[in-house]
Amino acid sequence: MIVAGSDCCGGTGIKGYLPCEQCGDLRTKEILQEGTERAQRQLFIEAFVSAGRVDNITMVMGLHPEYLASFWKTQYLLLRLDGPLPYHKRHYIAIMAAARHQCSYLVGFHVAEFLKVGGNPGWLQGLHCAPQKLRNLNEINKILAHRPWLITKEHIEALLKTGENSWSLAELIQALVLLTHYHSLASFVFGCGINLETDQEGGHAFQPPSPRSCDSSPASEDGVSGSSGKDAMQEVEVLMARMKLLQECQLEEEGVTQEEMETRFELEKTESLLVAPSVDIAEHALPPNVLCFVEDPEFGYKDFTRKGEQAPPTFRAQDYTWEDHGYSLINRLYPDMGQLLDEKFQVVYNLTYNTIAMHSGVDTTMLRRAIWNYIHCVFGIRYDDYDYGEVNQLLERSLKVYIKTVACYPEKATRRMYTHFWRHFKHSEKVHMNLLLLEARMQAALLYALRAITRYMT
Amino acid sequence: MEKMARVTTALGGNTITGRTMFCHLDAPANAISVCRDAAQVVVAGRNIFKIYSIDEDQFVEKLNLRVGRKPSLNFSCADVVWHQMDENLLATAATNGVVVTWNLGKPSRNKQDQLFTEHKRTVNKVCFHPTEVYMLLSGSQDGYMKCFDLRKKDSVSTFSGQSESVRDVQFSIRDYFTFAATFENGNVQLWDIRRPDRYERMFTAHNGPVFCCDWHLEDRGWLATGGRDKMVKVWDMNTNRAKEIYCVQTIASVARVKWRPECKHHIATCSMMVDHNIYVWDVRRPFIPSAMFEEHKDVTTGIVWRHLHDPYFLLSGSKDSTLYQHIFKDASQPIDRANPEGLCYSLFGDLAFAAKESLISSDSNRKPYIGDRRHPIFFKRKLDPTEQFEYISSSSALSVFETDLESGSMDWFVRTAKQYVLAGRPLAELCDHNAKVAKELDRDQVAQTWTMLRIIYSSPGTVPSANLNHSLGKGSTSLPLMNSFNLKDIPPGIGNESRLERSKGESRSENILMDSSSTLINNDENEETEGSDVPADYLLGDVEGDEDELYMMDHENPHAEEQEYILPQEAFPLRHEIVDNPSALDHLQDKADSPHVSGNEAETVSLTPVESFSLISISHSLYENRLPPDFFSPIVRDMLLFYAEQGDVQMAVSVLIVLGDRIKKEIDEQTQEHWYTSYIDLLQRFQLWNISNEVIKLSTCRAINCLNQASTTLHINCSNCKRPMSNKGWICDRCRQCASMCAVCHHVVKGLFVWCQGCSHGGHLQHIMKWLETSSHCPAGCGHLCEYT
Repeated sequence: MIVAGSDCCGGTGIKGYLPCEQCGDLRTKEILQEGTERAQRQLFIEAFVSAGRVDNITMVMGLHPEYLASFWKTQYLLLRLDGPLPYHKRHYIAIMAAARHQCSYLVGFHVAEFLKVGGNPGWLQGLHCAPQKLRNLNEINKILAHRPWLITKEHIEALLKTGENSWSLAELIQALVLLTHYHSLASFVFGCGINLETDQEGGHAFQPPSPRSCDSSPASEDGVSGSSGKDAMQEVEVLMARMKLLQECQLEEEGVTQEEMETRFELEKTESLLVAPSVDIAEHALPPNVLCFVEDPEFGYKDFTRKGEQAPPTFRAQDYTWEDHGYSLINRLYPDMGQLLDEKFQVVYNLTYNTIAMHSGVDTTMLRRAIWNYIHCVFGIRYDDYDYGEVNQLLERSLKVYIKTVACYPEKATRRMYTHFWRHFKHSEKVHMNLLLLEARMQAALLYALRAITRYMT
Repeated sequence: MEKMARVTTALGGNTITGRTMFCHLDAPANAISVCRDAAQVVVAGRNIFKIYSIDEDQFVEKLNLRVGRKPSLNFSCADVVWHQMDENLLATAATNGVVVTWNLGKPSRNKQDQLFTEHKRTVNKVCFHPTEVYMLLSGSQDGYMKCFDLRKKDSVSTFSGQSESVRDVQFSIRDYFTFAATFENGNVQLWDIRRPDRYERMFTAHNGPVFCCDWHLEDRGWLATGGRDKMVKVWDMNTNRAKEIYCVQTIASVARVKWRPECKHHIATCSMMVDHNIYVWDVRRPFIPSAMFEEHKDVTTGIVWRHLHDPYFLLSGSKDSTLYQHIFKDASQPIDRANPEGLCYSLFGDLAFAAKESLISSDSNRKPYIGDRRHPIFFKRKLDPTEQFEYISSSSALSVFETDLESGSMDWFVRTAKQYVLAGRPLAELCDHNAKVAKELDRDQVAQTWTMLRIIYSSPGTVPSANLNHSLGKGSTSLPLMNSFNLKDIPPGIGNESRLERSKGESRSENILMDSSSTLINNDENEETEGSDVPADYLLGDVEGDEDELYMMDHENPHAEEQEYILPQEAFPLRHEIVDNPSALDHLQDKADSPHVSGNEAETVSLTPVESFSLISISHSLYENRLPPDFFSPIVRDMLLFYAEQGDVQMAVSVLIVLGDRIKKEIDEQTQEHWYTSYIDLLQRFQLWNISNEVIKLSTCRAINCLNQASTTLHINCSNCKRPMSNKGWICDRCRQCASMCAVCHHVVKGLFVWCQGCSHGGHLQHIMKWLETSSHCPAGCGHLCEYT
C-alpha cells in the first residue's frame, strides 16, 4: 500500500504546484529533484518516459498515487499497447470524445499525439475529413457524452452491420472504452480546472481562470472572509454529525417503507433537475480547432425526467452490474481491459485516507457512496439497496450543483463553483471527489453501452 | 424416516415423468427453486414471483405471490429458495437488502410471513438448513452473512467475512454445523454456525469473484465453486488444506453450479453472460461437456435438478422470460459429435496418431504410407459400473509413423538458402550460380529450372557465344543443360552461334504448343518413352550416373533408352510405391495432381511443366523467330505457383527475387506476400537470420519490406543492478542511476557502446579507443588489463 496521506500532500513539495499549474514542466523537474513522495515520484517518472511529458492531469492525480498508478496502466493499455484499433485512430477517437465537451486541453494534446503516431493531418481539418468509419462513431459519441441512457442495441447494430465501414465488436469495445474514458476525463479536466501546459499551443495565452485558489489549503480561504470561514468550519461539523447520526440511525430506522424509498430516489432525481447550473455563464466562444470535431453541437445533456415527458425506464443497478456483467463482457472482447478497469473502479471506490477536512480517523464510506450513487442517479441508475435520503443529508447543495455540472456539462464548470463547495476541505480532497466523479461517470456510461451490446448479442 | 420413505415411493411409483417443455413467464427470472416433492417450482425475479406446478406435459401457474397494487421492492428477488423439509416455507432475498419468508399455508392472499431488514445492501443468496426447519442463512453485498431463526424476529448470529461482498452461501449437506460462503474477491470461507467470531478456514479459490458454490450430494468433502474467471473448480475439503481436485474451463463466467444427483462426477453449470447454454460436465473430462441444453435465448439465471434423486430432469429459468424443463434424453451430447483424435510429434520426428477405432477401420481403402511402421495399440476403456449412463464404450487405435532420419532432413534447404545468390549480379550469372548450387545438391529439376530461366530472360546479346562454346568444350560442368540442348538439337553442319539461338527459338515455340494443349504427352518422343520397357525403378533410381550420360549424349546416335533420361527428377531416393506404376510419365503427372501426404512434402518428386516442355521439345525442327521474354511470363508464373504448391516456397521466392520486375506483375500481391512470409518464417526457424533479413530487404512487397522496421526495440539491462531496464530512458528505475556510463567521460552512452568482456567496463567507442592507445588498464580504474582489438 502506498501511504500518501493527504496531510503530507498538503505539506511540502506538492502543495506548491497546485495553484500555479501553468508552469507545468518546469515544476516537474523540481518535483523530480526535490524527491518528495517516493511512489509519486516514481509514477511521474514512469509517466514522463512513456509520454515524454508529465502533463498537468498526471500532476493533479499525483495527489492520489494509488489511483494514478491504476489510471496510468489503463490509459497506457488504451493508447499505447496492442489493441484492435490502430494508434492514430485511437487518438482521433480521443479527440472526438474530448471535443464533445469542448475540452481544448485534451483535444490539443491528442492532436499532437495523433500526428506523432503518423496520423493523416488532413483528418484534423474536421470530422468531415475523417473516414466514414470514424464518422459513424459520432452518433454514439454524442449520446454517450450527454445522454447515455438513450443508447440502444440499434445503435450498436448500425455500427456492426457488415459493410464497407463496419466495426468489429472488438474494435467497437475499445472505441467505447476510449470514448467514455475521454468524456469523463474531460469532466476531470474541467472539474479541477486544469490548464494547458506552457509548451502547448496557447499555453501562454490567457485562460479562463483556474478554479484553484492561489495558496494554501484549505482550498477556499481566499474567497471567504473570516466570518464565512467559520461557517465553513460549521459545515464540516454538520456533515460529521450527520454521518454519525446516519450510522447510528441505520439500525433503528426500520420504519421507512419501500414506497418511501422509491419516492426518495424519484425526489433525488427530480431535484437534480433544479440543480442546473446558473445560466449566467457566458458561452465562451469555442476555438474553431475544437468545434470542427463536433457535429450537432446543440445536442447536450437533458434531464431524463422532464415534466410531462415519459421518462425512460430507470436503470436498475442490480440487473446489470459492472462486477458481474460489464466485466465479463469487456474481458471477453478486450481481454486485459476488463481487469484494469475493474481494478481502477475498485481503487477509486475504496480510496480513503480516513480524513475529512481537519478531522482524521473518520470512516468516509458513507460519504463516498453517497457521491458515487448520486452521480449514477444523475444518469438514471438506481441502486435498490440504497436509501437516497442519505444523499440529501450528506451532500450540500453547492456540492450537488458542482457534481451535476461537472458530470453532465463540465464545460460550464467555473472556479466559483469549485471554491463554493466544501469550503474547508483540502485541495486533495476535492481532487479525490473529482476522481470519484470521473470513474462513476465512466462506469455509468459504460454500463449503458455494454448493456446495449449485450442486448445486441442476445 | 417417514419423509424419506415418501421420496422413495415417489421414485418407485414413477411419478416423475415428463418431456422437454417450457412456459413463458411475464418477466425475466433471477432464480428458481423446486419443492421437495418435485411437483412444483417457484420462479423469482425483479418483476415476477410465481409458483408453477409441473404437470406431465406443461407448467401450470398455481400461485402469484406478487400481490398488491404497487408491489414494493421486497418483491424484487435476487434469489429464492424452497425449504426441503417444509413445503409451505419459502425464503427470498430482495435486491434492497431484505430477507423475506413466505408461508404458503397462510389463508390470506398475501403469503408474506416475516421480514428481516438487517442487511444494508442487496442480499445475494438465501439458504435453508437441509435438516433444521427454522434455520435460514443469508449472504449479502455488504459483506455479512446472517443466520436467522424463523421463530425469532431478529438474526441469531452475524458472520463477518472481513472481505468483500458475499456471493453465495451453502449449508453443508452432511456436516450439521458447517456452511461455505464465497466472496467477490475470490475467497471461499468455511464457517461453523456456532462460532460467529471467526471462520474455520479460508482459501482463495478463484481470480475475481466466486459467484457460486455447491456441496456434493454424496461425497461429504467435495465443494464445487464457479467464478468470473470462467472456471469451475472442485475442492476436496477433507484434508487440512483445501485441495483442488478437478478444474473445468468454460467459455464464460460461471453463474451457477449444481451437482447432478446420482452421478458422482457430473455437475451442471450455466453462465452469467454471453453464453446461454446449460452444460453438464463430467469433471474428470473437463474439455468437452457431456451434455448441453441449448434451449434458452438469453442467459440462464437459475438451474435446479427437479428431484434430489433423479438425474434426468433439470429445470431452468432465464432472462429470456422462459421456464424450461430439460430431459436428459433430449440433451445434445457434444461428445457424440466429436471425433477424439490425438496427434503428436516426438523428439525424433516420429508421429503418433490416435483416433477412434471406428474411424480408422472405416477408411480401409486408404493406402498405408510407405515408411509407416504401425504399432497399433488398442485399448478399451473399462466401464465404470457406477456410470451406467451415457458412456459409449470406446476404443481407439494408436498409430506411430516413424520417419527415417535422412529424408526428414532439411539440409538441402539450409544449404540452398545459404548458397543462393539473389541479387547483385547480372541475371544470367545469378541463374547460373543458383543452378549450380541446386545441381550440387542433386536437385536437378531446380537446377534445370534456373537454367531455363536464364535462357528465357537473359537476352542473347548478354551471353557471348564464345563463352558458350568454351563451356561446351569444357564439357558439362558449368552449364550442363545448355550444352545438352545444343548437342542434341543441332543437325550437323550448322554453326555454333545459330545453333544456340535456334534451340532457344525452338524451345519457345514448343512452349506455345504445350501451352495451348496443356498436356504433357503430345509428341512423338514421349510416346516412344512410354513404349519403352525399361523398369521405372531403374529409370528413376540412380540419377547421378544417368545424368552424365544425358549431358554427354551424342546427337548422331539418338537412342530410345537414353531418351528416358530426360525424365530423371530430383535425386533423392524415391519411394517404392513408384514401382507399381506402369508408366513413369503417368505417374509423375499423378504426382503433380494429387497431394502427396508425407512427412517431407518439400522434397516430393516433382516435374515442372516448364521443364518437361523444354526437354521434350528438343528434337523438333528448328524455328528461326524469337519471342520476347514477356511471352513466357504465364509459364513462369505457373512454374512458380507449382513450386509453391509443392511446398518448395524457397524456389518460388528465390525466382521471384531474381527475376524482380520481370515477373512481379504476373503474380498478385497477396500471393507474393504469402510466399515471402512463409519463406521468411522457414528461414527463421532454421535460424538463418541473415538470409531472412536479406530476403526481406530484397523483397518488393511493401508489407514484407517494412518487417525490417518493426520491433527494432533492444532490451537492455542496467549495468549496476543487472535488472532489465523497463523504461525507455537512461535511468534505471530500480537503482536510480544512469546505466551505460562511459568510463572515460562519465556521460551516458547513447549509441555505440564498447565494453571489455573481462571487466565489463566500457564506454564510447572513440573514447575507449583513445584511452587504450595510451594505457592498457581499464579506464574505470578496476585494475583490469583491457585489450582492444
